[in-house]
Amino acid sequence: MSELLSPFAYDYMLKAMLVSALVGGVCAFLSAYLMLKGWSLMGDALGHSVVPGVAGAYLLHLPYAAGAFFAGLLAALGMAIVKQRTRLREDAIIGLVFTAFFAAGLLMASIYPTAVNIQTIVLGNILGISDEDVVQVLIISGVSLTLLLLKWRDLMVVFFDETHARTVGINAGALKILFFTLLAACTVAALQTVGACLVIAMVVTPGATAYLLTDRFGRLLALAVAIGTTTSFVGAYISYFVDGATGGVIVTLQTLLFLTAFYLAPKHGVLAARRAPAAAPGMVP
Amino acid sequence: MTELWSFFAEPLSYAFMQRALAAAILIGAVCSVLSCYLVLKGWSLMGDAVSHAVLPGIVIAFVLGLPLALGAFAAGLACALLTGYLKENSRVKEDTVMGIVFSGMFGFGLVLFTKVETEQHLNHILFGNMLGITARDLIEVAIISIGTLLIVLARRRDLLLYCFDPQHARAIGLPLGLIHYALLVLLALTIVASLKAVGIILVVAMLVAPGAIAFLLCDRFDRMLIVAAASAIGSSVVGTLLSFHIDGATGPCIVLVQAFLFLLAFFFAPRRGVFALKRP
Amino acid sequence: MNEVVAGRRAADLAGAGASLSVRNVTVTYPNGVTALKDAYFELGPGTICGLVGVNGSGKSTLFKAIMGFVQPSHGEVRIAGLPDREALKRGYVAYVPQSEEVDWNFPVLVEDVVMMGRYGHMNFLRIPSAQDKRKVAEALERVGMTAYRHHQIGELSGGQKKRVFLARALAQEGRIILLDEPFTGVDVKTETAIVELLRELRASGHLMLVSTHNLGSVPDFCDHVVLLNRVVLAAGPTARTFTQKNLERAFGGVLRRFSLEGGELHADDDRRGVTVLTDDERPVVFYGDRRGESEPLRRKDDEDKS
Repeated sequence: MSELLSPFAYDYMLKAMLVSALVGGVCAFLSAYLMLKGWSLMGDALGHSVVPGVAGAYLLHLPYAAGAFFAGLLAALGMAIVKQRTRLREDAIIGLVFTAFFAAGLLMASIYPTAVNIQTIVLGNILGISDEDVVQVLIISGVSLTLLLLKWRDLMVVFFDETHARTVGINAGALKILFFTLLAACTVAALQTVGACLVIAMVVTPGATAYLLTDRFGRLLALAVAIGTTTSFVGAYISYFVDGATGGVIVTLQTLLFLTAFYLAPKHGVLAARRAPAAAPGMVP
Repeated sequence: MTELWSFFAEPLSYAFMQRALAAAILIGAVCSVLSCYLVLKGWSLMGDAVSHAVLPGIVIAFVLGLPLALGAFAAGLACALLTGYLKENSRVKEDTVMGIVFSGMFGFGLVLFTKVETEQHLNHILFGNMLGITARDLIEVAIISIGTLLIVLARRRDLLLYCFDPQHARAIGLPLGLIHYALLVLLALTIVASLKAVGIILVVAMLVAPGAIAFLLCDRFDRMLIVAAASAIGSSVVGTLLSFHIDGATGPCIVLVQAFLFLLAFFFAPRRGVFALKRP
Repeated sequence: MNEVVAGRRAADLAGAGASLSVRNVTVTYPNGVTALKDAYFELGPGTICGLVGVNGSGKSTLFKAIMGFVQPSHGEVRIAGLPDREALKRGYVAYVPQSEEVDWNFPVLVEDVVMMGRYGHMNFLRIPSAQDKRKVAEALERVGMTAYRHHQIGELSGGQKKRVFLARALAQEGRIILLDEPFTGVDVKTETAIVELLRELRASGHLMLVSTHNLGSVPDFCDHVVLLNRVVLAAGPTARTFTQKNLERAFGGVLRRFSLEGGELHADDDRRGVTVLTDDERPVVFYGDRRGESEPLRRKDDEDKS
């Protein structure tokens, strides 16, 4: 039994579990929106696009978050410009830009392997997170969470019916910019826990699981945050015994939870659908 | 002038470079052809998904003593099939389901990898190992690439119709379901062949960039195939040579050369480029 | 919204009323297409105006221009005497969307959607007040959807879905309501209920702009029409404007036209010719000759009322 409690005896583990939980929670908040819009590719693209920024920041001894943010902004700008001036579809543009940025980051890491630890960037390394990085993550998560708690209803209206949002005096454009800025910020935070390649799971999977369990958006948000926080905490805890691969453990847990909900959800799960034949729309009593 | 010559000649004197360049040409060709279809069909996310999903397949194949390519192929296909099944049976959007499945499989693959003792370097699987291609690897790449190329070129019109105008394809009696799965199989094969060159993470670039470049430059599909092949093969070869000279990773060099070609097309494409050389 | 602002809003409406001015609005998209050219019409309170035109005639562009989604390259839109931006911020305009535009899988219940109509009145934290809840209940009652308030919107029938968004517009208390193709996919009972509701709103001074290509129903409930085909071909009271000649100009060659001579139709003294114009939605029937300029056919009870 004491074996199971051993991670709690170490400072670095407590740090890892709590920071993971926080990041997992904030990303899960965003995932409620992303998964409704089907923006997986964008989530993956952001995770990969920030890598050259992080590599550059390490080379220049700047805070990693600043470099990441800058790279993310540049990538978004590049995508917007190409979209405006060509007939290329959006998914091709996103794929093109993020892979080019990621390749640039990898190249920098391969030329300066001591200054830039590519494994950490790509796969995360929450168990070895430095205190300066913890501070950056705390600030990002704290600010993001506050803004999201204040604006979540307005964001819901914008994503559900942007036209209506305008008619009730909501500044849809500003809120969308806010959303994507927060997404970029949380991507930067998630680099620490799961790395560039798995950010997409953090910003999509918890929300999708919650979506199978409720019909009300407010509850969806609460459920998603609970799922994100718990799986990240438990994932970090388990990775102590698995010797690393924290990101992989967290994401595997989240996916398993999704598959469970997919089958067992009381109203929207596969088993439920088989038990009750689907009612035609409008045939509600 | 001698410098330019030695840029090409010096690496060619090494056997490993000869193999690497041969692989570059084969992989460039097959990726470029698939890329044209993916760009038209809007399957960038699919390419991203299948390429990440192969990781657990590779690890499991290693554990079971099977050829790694087989494991990769099976995992890639499983990802596509599972995505389809989940999407049909829940109200979650397709793109969301795809993201969940491939990231879940990739995450699981990472966990497996750390638990399994393997002499494979994770870096090589993730980022490619062009300069370390063995003769056996090269034969494997050749078989898969040439086989895939032949199938695609033979059925290129049907595939084009499916990607571009599925309604019309159905109207003239083409079996849409079959073509869909055929394209998925071809995609998985292409990815498996490219893993050696650019690794899991950058395969997407090989599957998107050549088609995008050709799309900017061409109006007709047959020309698109040729331009895409030229740009992919060209950037693979130049990228490999470049990585030799600057002592950097090969995969990223190839991708960055391709990105550079895209920028050239973006700015200077006749009729459509930003600084177009001729306007309509 | 606190009382001072509410008071100011009520005073504004009393002054300018529900009015819409579209003056010389031209909209050109970045790809060079001019979707709307020099559109000009004015509408006042207590009106139901039909916006009639084929697909691609600029109806959605006009709506977008009124809502501020596209910037006109010249001309202006004034709502209740204010520039459209200002009016939108104050929540004067409510929008009832087409069914195709809505994500019916969104995890919101009927009452959640109607509550979204109150957001302009709510405080910063968006916590609904007792008055907000009351207005939502009243709106649901008015459209007959109270029993369904806890259902997810995807579970409803076509007519019920439409009513939910009408309820949202009612809860919003917008003086001007834009309806985008409200009768597509809706059963006759709901269509009647919607028309009845629109008439009630007209009686209380609201202004409604209804975009439709369902020709036959227009004379039933619209007292004004705007015929659109990139330019405003005609605008004014229905009786004067919704004529055969104007319709054929608006719809170009898209309408099918059946002309039947009076004597062939029935054995009585009514010798008028009958012209049916249809775009396969609902036909509009004109009687020719006898009354001079052709008038659109109206239902018997409407004729009695007018």
